[in-house]
Formats: sequence, C-alpha cells, structure tokens
Amino acid sequence: MTTTAQYNFAYLDEQTKRMIRRAILKAIAIPGYQVPFSSREMPMPYGWGTGGVQVTASIIGPDDVLKVIDQGADDTTNAVSIRAFFAKVAQVQTTTRTAEATIIQTRHRIPERALQAGQILVYQVPIPEPLRFLEPRETETRKMHALEEYGLMHVKLYEDIARHGRIATTYAYPVKVEGRYVMDPSPTPKFDNPKMHMSEALQLFGAGREHRIYAVPPHTEVVSLDFEDHPFEIQHFEQPCALCGAEQVYLDEVILDDAGGHMFVCSDTDNCEERRNAGFVGSLGVQEAAE
Amino acid sequence: MDTILEGGFSSPVLNSQTAFRAVMDALANPGTVQKLVAPLSTHRRLGPELVSILLTLSDHDTPIWLDDTLRSDPAVTEFIAFHTGAPVVAEPGRAMFAFASAAAALPRLDQFNLGTQEYPDRSTTIVLAVEALTGGEQLVVRGPGIKDHGHINLVGLPEDFFAQWSANRELFPRGIDLLLVADGAVMGLPRTTRISEGH
Ligand SMILES: [Zn+2]
Repeated sequence: MTTTAQYNFAYLDEQTKRMIRRAILKAIAIPGYQVPFSSREMPMPYGWGTGGVQVTASIIGPDDVLKVIDQGADDTTNAVSIRAFFAKVAQVQTTTRTAEATIIQTRHRIPERALQAGQILVYQVPIPEPLRFLEPRETETRKMHALEEYGLMHVKLYEDIARHGRIATTYAYPVKVEGRYVMDPSPTPKFDNPKMHMSEALQLFGAGREHRIYAVPPHTEVVSLDFEDHPFEIQHFEQPCALCGAEQVYLDEVILDDAGGHMFVCSDTDNCEERRNAGFVGSLGVQEAAE
Repeated sequence: MDTILEGGFSSPVLNSQTAFRAVMDALANPGTVQKLVAPLSTHRRLGPELVSILLTLSDHDTPIWLDDTLRSDPAVTEFIAFHTGAPVVAEPGRAMFAFASAAAALPRLDQFNLGTQEYPDRSTTIVLAVEALTGGEQLVVRGPGIKDHGHINLVGLPEDFFAQWSANRELFPRGIDLLLVADGAVMGLPRTTRISEGH
C-alpha cells in the first residue's frame, strides 16, 4: 500500500469538496462578493494559507501543473511544503515556472509574467473583509456590502491623504470589482493591483480562518479606489533588479552585510531566473558570476 | 431501465473533479461550450449532462427542484436519492439546484430562489437541458469572463427568455445562475452576463 492510498485524492473528502466547489461557483457568479463556506481543518497551521489550500484541493486534478509562491518566491518553507503536499496527496506535477503552471497558489504576489487564459491564480487570504478595520461586526459589514455603502472606506483613504499627502496604504489596497463590490486583494503589494484588472486568468481567493471564498473571473474590471485629485499609483523603484536588470517589476531589498550594504532584487524569483538564463545581467549579477 | 445502483460515474472522485472544472470554466467564461464527463448510463429523461452535474454538485445539503417530468418518474427520484441523497423540494423558491429536462417545463426564472441582498449566493442554480448549444439564433453576450463580447446560438430556450434574463440581470447582485446543457457539454450564463440581439 502506498502512503497516498490513506488519503482521498487531494486530501479533502468528497462532501467537503462539493461544498467548496459550490461556493466557488457562486463566487464566480458574483465577482468580488465573499461567499461563506465551512472551512475544514487542514494538516497545517492557519498561517500557512489553509483557505488557499482548500480551494486548490477542490479544483485540482491529476493533469494540473501546480506552482506555489510566497512573496514571489518558490523556495520558501511555506511554498515548498504546500507544493510537496499536493505532489503527495494529488500526485500532480509541480513547477516553479509561471508559464508552465495551470494552477498557481500564491501568498503576497502576482507573477510578473502576464497570466494566460486557462490559468487559475489561487490566493491565500488572511483577512478577506476590506471593511473589517472600519467595522468589526460581520453583520454590519455584510449590510454595508449589501447597500453598497462604501463611504467610510473613502473617508479612511482620504484621511491618509490629509495626514501623509498621499494614500499611505501599500498592501491590501482595496479595489472595486465590476463597479459593485469593494474587495480586499489579499496582502499583495498595490504594485500588483493593475494585474488583477481584465486578467486572462481566473482568480480565486480562499480565507480559511475567516471561512470566505471570493473570485474575479477573467476579463473582469478591477479598479483600485482613488480620488480624482489623488489618482491611484503603483510603487516605483529607483533602480532595476541588481541581478537581472529588470525594470517595472516589484523589488525586494536584500541586506548584504552588517555595514549597511544592500541590493534590490526581483521579488518574483522565477521571472528573475528566466531573465538571467536569457542573458540579462544586473549591476551585481556580473560580480556574482565572476566569483 | 437501469437499476438505480448503476449509472453513477465510473471513477467518482476523478470524474467529479473533471465535471466540476467544466462547470467552473463554463461560469468563468460565459457563452463557451465545455465538455462534460459522461456517467456510466442514464435514464430516459434525466440525460447524461443532467446526471453529470447532479452527481458533481448535489448531496444531502442541497435541496433540488425537478420539473414535473423528472419528478413524476420514480426511476429518476430513486436514482437521485441513492446517488446523491439530495432532498427534492416542490417549491422552486426553496431549491439550491433546479433540474429541467426541457425549457417548456421551467417556471419563470423569478419563481426560483433569487438570494438576498446580503446573501446573494443563496440563489438557485438552474440546470436546463436545451435542444442544442449551437445552431440557433445568434445573441451577443457581454460581462465578466467575456473578452469584449461573445456570441451564443442556443436552441430550445424558454419562450420569453430574453425578457426574463434582462429582469434577472437587473436584480444584481441577486439573481439565478444558469447552466445550459446538451450534447455532452455545458454552457454557463451567470447572473452577470448581459445578453443582447445583434452581431
Ligand atoms: Zn531580477
């Protein structure tokens, strides 16, 4: 008997999958609306993205190719563990290459490479309710969504402008989907917000602890909230990636030594590697190769 | 007629996954035709497409509504009870799923559960067998999941479907979602899809 024979395919039992699948279908039919579902215990802590894992487990089939990223990287403990989990319980092929994946489970980033039709991006969401920090009561936030009462959200953003001269929110920057629901894009940097708009890929969001699933179908309008006099802007970086020279990508700061030495490199490790393999070299990439 | 023990999926876990992805792709890409997995065998009136979706999405947590033809056939109700355990309800307004073997047998769309403003996800998903998914009068579809616009050419829609669908669209975020099936395939029309005449 193999180890995998002790589990149902993709770990979840069929009744749970059906329940999650029904929630996913309604989420797709009502873009940006949070569908409640009965979250199950998974063999990993909540902080590891059990909502995303449950969504992936409910949609994945033997022919899928899975990529898992955490902050843009395929090689963090979280990403490696989730990839290994599905390789074991669903016997799927895994990859680090964005272009090869049919399902990409993510925490905190959207790949730099434009997603294609047929690809599915599954987000691990810690706090799905964008109005939660304004209103702690679920009954009230539900009412606000029902009545399309998003004035408080705009007030909060405008207070930012009054205080900082600009909207200070840089992560989990709220968006409006198809002109109706205000949605939390999960703690991705606002740099990634424009990638959600009219994406070719289906985007699914799972919040395990909060028991919510929501979705953005392909070719759906996703607009970051802003004001006429303070339009939405993404982060800009002063210099390109130190390893591959990429511009217009999201960069992470990496500390090099105790003396304050640092460099900025691609957060999307697959994109960086692909560029370096193609011969692109950044300012510190040359030195690295010469060592 | 088969016995009720037969007629499920040959490989329930994997077939359900494949059929679900077809339904998911159908709703995420409205107006496109997605191939369904065929069950082992089917009943006279409960066609293979209805069976496939029934087995994939319903269980004892999902009240289902059946049209008169299906509900009056003991072989159909026994099959559903045995394979899914789903309670069959008489009122369309209580159904999570509705299965209709022909457009003529379908009540008006607004007779089904339309969901509430606070819980629009509680609305009925209607699964309707039509004559064909292609070959009919051309209609234009727009909305989430559709790049610019698409075309549908369904055969066998309800009489005043056009007006009923517009009324359903007006209810957003409330409203029913529609899965149309024929020839081993499914097409999705979620409540967000706008349908118009023209090219
Ligand atoms: Zn790079």
